[in-house]
Amino acid sequence: MTTDNVIDRDPVDSDVVAGKITAYLEAKAKAPVAHDEDLADSGLLTSMVAMEIVVFLESTFGIAVVGGDLKMRNFRTVDDMVALVARLRGDGENAGDA
Amino acid sequence: MSSRAEHVKCLVWDLDNTLWRGTLMEDPAVTLFADLVEVVKTLDARGILQSVASRNDADLALRRLEELGVAEYFVLPKVGWGPKSESIRELADELSFAHGAMAFIDDQPQERAEVEYSLPDVRCYPAEQASSLPDLAEFTPRTVTTDSRRRRQMYQAGFHRDAERAAYRGSDQNFLRSLGLVMTIGRATEVELGRVEELTMRTTQMNTTGVYYAEETLRRLIADPAHEVLTVTITDRFGPYGAVGVVVLDRYPDVWHVKLLATSCRVVSLGAGAAILSWLRNEAARSGVHLVADFRPTDRNRVMDVTYRFADFTDDDCSCLAALPAPDDGVNRLHQESVFQELATTMQVHAPDLRPVELTENLTAGR
Ligand SMILES: [Mg+2]
Ligand SMILES: [Zn+2]
Repeated sequence: MTTDNVIDRDPVDSDVVAGKITAYLEAKAKAPVAHDEDLADSGLLTSMVAMEIVVFLESTFGIAVVGGDLKMRNFRTVDDMVALVARLRGDGENAGDA
Repeated sequence: MSSRAEHVKCLVWDLDNTLWRGTLMEDPAVTLFADLVEVVKTLDARGILQSVASRNDADLALRRLEELGVAEYFVLPKVGWGPKSESIRELADELSFAHGAMAFIDDQPQERAEVEYSLPDVRCYPAEQASSLPDLAEFTPRTVTTDSRRRRQMYQAGFHRDAERAAYRGSDQNFLRSLGLVMTIGRATEVELGRVEELTMRTTQMNTTGVYYAEETLRRLIADPAHEVLTVTITDRFGPYGAVGVVVLDRYPDVWHVKLLATSCRVVSLGAGAAILSWLRNEAARSGVHLVADFRPTDRNRVMDVTYRFADFTDDDCSCLAALPAPDDGVNRLHQESVFQELATTMQVHAPDLRPVELTENLTAGR
């Protein structure tokens, strides 16, 4: 969490991405959220919240999540969302299509 | 520039010498003008909300309304010493009504003049007109639905719910669970047609196809055995939300075509759309059919797109799509194979079995 120098379009450390997503979700859930916690099972992923998360990811990481990428499987856990962000940003080793 | 709504949605009553005979400060035992109880009840049954704007001590005035047995008919009463136009403005904001949908009745010409000056769109009536208000066109809605009759109750429930949510310290999903939500899905009947038509018209944000269904069309679809017109209501421990959704379904042997899914904006945060789609998916799964939904993306209905996608609808092609007539311009077809899944636990769902005898007969007849 000491790296503040996150610049758009540069490959981003996935820990930083995970940290931002987790902070966002914990503020919503008002409880700790583990990286592999299934958010659908814990009831957090209503469509309204899903919509807010999509908008949050798009504005924070400069991506567009559309069409087939809008599936539940890409949002079930923090780890899933980190992978989605990495893929949509075309980051390094995660650039391959999932 | 005056812009008055055709019908009044909220009538604001003065108390002293308007609703009751005399002045409360001078006579603590004021009594209601006898015929006005009937007027209040009549307007209430028509779905017109009523409130109060009175210069009085709030505690005393509200207590007197209680004692007279009419307090329940008035939502968010404003009793105090400020200008009445301010009370009416505040009320319109709280109810999200345009000023042109508000009306005010008072025995004092200067009070009416003050309101007319500050809020020219508000209709003002002298107290002498009180007993004849129900005869006026602006107090006579074209249709009176089940929802109109319980509109006041729905608003009161909403105020209590909002207050509790504001004070709630836990997470949103825990608050949702605490509501004890019950969704009831039913086949639309003639009686509800007006409300269903209204829903397809008004809920543009959550109308997946942006298609408006006129009452005539809906009547025809209800009569057609291949179609299902379903209405959705929700209640929770605070009370009813009223009719909040409508689904128009066309059934083919191998696929059910969701032509329309519209939900009221008030219930989006409850996950109503997702709950309807989950139930529908399970009904389709039990009937061994796929689901296809029409979706017209607009800049306002993205949450509906997310709802469909999260309910496992995709852009994937499937042979079942060939059975459907070509979509209208700008309409996407989303598809899923309908695999049974347990329903979420935040909302109880009561719904009809969508596999009626008529359907089986219809299927064997080759539709
Ligand atoms: Mg008066
Ligand atoms: Zn299919």
